[in-house]
Amino acid sequence: MGVYQFRLPDVGEGTAEAEIVAWHVKVGDVVHEDQNLVDVMTDKATVEMPVPIGGKVLALHGEPGDMAAVGAVLVEIEVEGAGNARAAKPAAAPAPIAAKAPEPIPAPVAKVEAPAPKPVAAPQPVAVQRTMTGGKPLASPAVRARADELGIKLQYVPGTGPAGRITHHDLDAYAQSGGAIGSAAPAYATRDGVDEVKVIGLRRRIAERMQESKRRIPHYAYIDEVDMTELESLRAYLNATKKADQPKLNVLPFLMRALVKVLPEFPQINARFDDEAGVVHRHRAIHIGIATQTDNGLIVPVVKHAEARDIWDCAREVARVATAARENKAAKDELSGSTITITSLGALGGLATTPVINYPEVAIIGPNAIIDRPVVRDGQIVVRKMMNLSSSFDHRVVDGFDAAQFIQRIKGLLEHPAAIFVD
Amino acid sequence: MAEHIHTKVLIIGGGPGGYVAAIRCGQLGLDTTLVEGDRLGGTCLIRGCIPSKAIIHVAGQFETMMQAAEKGGRHGLSLSSPPKVDLAETVKWKDGVVDKLNGGVTALLKRAKVRVVAGWATFRDGKTCTVATKEGEVLITGEKVLLATGSLPVELPFLKFGGDVISSSEALSLLKLPKRLVVVGAGYIGLELGIAFHKLGVAVEVVEATDRILPQYDAQLVAPVAKWLEKHGITVHLKTKAEGLTENGKALRVSGGAKAELPGDKFLVTVGRKPRTTGWGLENMSVDMASPFVKVDEQCRTSMKDVFAIGDLVGEPMLEHKAATQGELVAEIIAGKRRHFRPAAIPAVCFTEPEIVSVGALPSGGANEIVAQFPFAANGRALSMEAGGDGGFVRIVAAKDDHRVLGIQAVGAHIAELAGEFSHALEMGALLEDVAGTIHAHPTLGEAYHEAALRALGHAIHI
Repeated sequence: MGVYQFRLPDVGEGTAEAEIVAWHVKVGDVVHEDQNLVDVMTDKATVEMPVPIGGKVLALHGEPGDMAAVGAVLVEIEVEGAGNARAAKPAAAPAPIAAKAPEPIPAPVAKVEAPAPKPVAAPQPVAVQRTMTGGKPLASPAVRARADELGIKLQYVPGTGPAGRITHHDLDAYAQSGGAIGSAAPAYATRDGVDEVKVIGLRRRIAERMQESKRRIPHYAYIDEVDMTELESLRAYLNATKKADQPKLNVLPFLMRALVKVLPEFPQINARFDDEAGVVHRHRAIHIGIATQTDNGLIVPVVKHAEARDIWDCAREVARVATAARENKAAKDELSGSTITITSLGALGGLATTPVINYPEVAIIGPNAIIDRPVVRDGQIVVRKMMNLSSSFDHRVVDGFDAAQFIQRIKGLLEHPAAIFVD
Repeated sequence: MAEHIHTKVLIIGGGPGGYVAAIRCGQLGLDTTLVEGDRLGGTCLIRGCIPSKAIIHVAGQFETMMQAAEKGGRHGLSLSSPPKVDLAETVKWKDGVVDKLNGGVTALLKRAKVRVVAGWATFRDGKTCTVATKEGEVLITGEKVLLATGSLPVELPFLKFGGDVISSSEALSLLKLPKRLVVVGAGYIGLELGIAFHKLGVAVEVVEATDRILPQYDAQLVAPVAKWLEKHGITVHLKTKAEGLTENGKALRVSGGAKAELPGDKFLVTVGRKPRTTGWGLENMSVDMASPFVKVDEQCRTSMKDVFAIGDLVGEPMLEHKAATQGELVAEIIAGKRRHFRPAAIPAVCFTEPEIVSVGALPSGGANEIVAQFPFAANGRALSMEAGGDGGFVRIVAAKDDHRVLGIQAVGAHIAELAGEFSHALEMGALLEDVAGTIHAHPTLGEAYHEAALRALGHAIHI
């Protein structure tokens, strides 16, 4: 029997370290070849780490949230044969960064065969509160009858007896503490306790990015309203007459095409600002980040080269990358490299937002909900489909005047949608 | 114009559900009327539990005497000639027991000031029924109505009751022993009666359509019964279907098994019971059904306001003690108390050879589960009354994390009497330590229960 040390492999693209997101095994588990050991996260991609050899897990190094350097030992596995532990020792394996000393994990309790013929180290009964975990409340018939009479649901009564059994005393205490005598269900009960949620994985990445953006960038927010009546009418027409293989259009591809049309006039806005080097990289390609809500949090997949895509293609590509992001299948290059970002909360409503720039970009555009609003046209009050358009700019490299002009140009195109398509 | 009785509580059915409810109503001072078309006491008392236990008792005594009459006697007891059975006399004694209990129920109802109307009730609407009594038709309207009409044996369409095809009711009132008895259905009723008749000297065969006897229990619990049947020559034809009698009516046609016909003088059909939902005007009330039962909530309320239902009519398990508990509960709810039917467990007892008791959960094989058993072969009291050799045991199922007792089962001679202790443990929310910490008297069968708890904790003494 030998020990096989599983080290964090080079996950590519110059990654020096990765964050442990979740362990899939624990000490004492017997693992087979190719079983998933651990999820680690690099940049924005979460990678599953399969074990190359079967055996018994002896030790895990690091906890979820810890950073591990490439080459650091993550798992030690007892394997048939010699293993790789000795051979690997001389090579100074970098210790896991910020790894705590491995927790002493107790050896697994011997499995109790049924029926248990010989004495086993039976665990001491724990005063678990089954009442809160869905099991039937444990109480004698007399206590149950009294609870019925008092109109108290025993599920809510904390039991102090063995195994959480509810005693007459517990019932009295609950009734006295305002547990609502006489009402069938105590509707208002005080709650105590704080849940600690570790900010790890994607959530930590989001937190860092947001912090970085707000700390470095003096945001300049600009909001104007746009009359979308004509665009909406065009959009409805296109959706009604589109071919079967063409995607359904929402507002986003129109906005993307408008950006594509206007951005060449405002090269300072389609840019990434390397503020440490003091260089603005003005991109000729227009790679549009699409802020996407996923089950795990905010991800920004990128539609590459929007300037080379027609409106249908834009719509198709938005749907594709957003779906990939939601299903956690987006490739790394689909999640990076954007030169400007769109963030839309349109469906949720809301008057306006002050979006946070996707650092190191210098601008972000946030269309809001389109609603019917009374507006004055030619001295008459008419109902128009109005949309507020929010935006933020890096005021260090984009002047307020230019930003306002840029938005006014976008507004003009959106209000006269044919202009989007006229060269 | 028929007499019209207005009553606070109208109870239909004088079985263990209805009469217990009536007595409790009387105790609580409610004006109560009970309608029963047959004798008071219901299936259980008149033609079920009690009479069958009486017959089983006599059969056991006869078996012991037969053993004493064998060559060399038994344990020093011997009879010079074999004993004889006069079944008519046995049934007379059994009827005496039934009469005594029936009289007792009548007296208790009287003392509780319950008005008992003898006759068959038919509902015309949700609150009013007509009853055809000897004295003429009576109209009864109740503010609150309790339906406790019980259940009936299930009849097979191709093997209808009548003649030599009998249900458990007729089996308990036979005046002459058949030579050969064929039992259809290896549930607890069929096996209890089949075993009793076997002990009385009848050649018994059992037909069962499924692949096992007593399907509500696990194989381990049933094994001693299967062993007893085999040892005593009661053939159980598993996976065999009854198909009807032969033309001359002297044999049962079967399929699926080794034989095509099973000859018999009587054919006892015990394939289950069904709620009595017809013949009393249920269709004129608008209560919801949970097919085939009447639907009730945790307070035994039907979908109709102030109409309650209990017992076999409302669902499994169809057991006397469930009906009686629900009867008490409904009486108390009507009297204005808050009650719910939420037992921790409903015990089930099976008077086979040996007996089976089951309370609460059977082993599930789950990870958070301790299962421990203690054999009666290691229990002094069992050995001293020949109850140690049938493979019986007590088994405890408990939660591994907090040691809460989840279920208790036992199989063995005379263990039905332990049912109460088992149920009590579950109702009180006992832990293994509670059972282990209770001194059990020596020498009793209950010591095996104590030892099973000790064994679950890893330190049984006598094994």
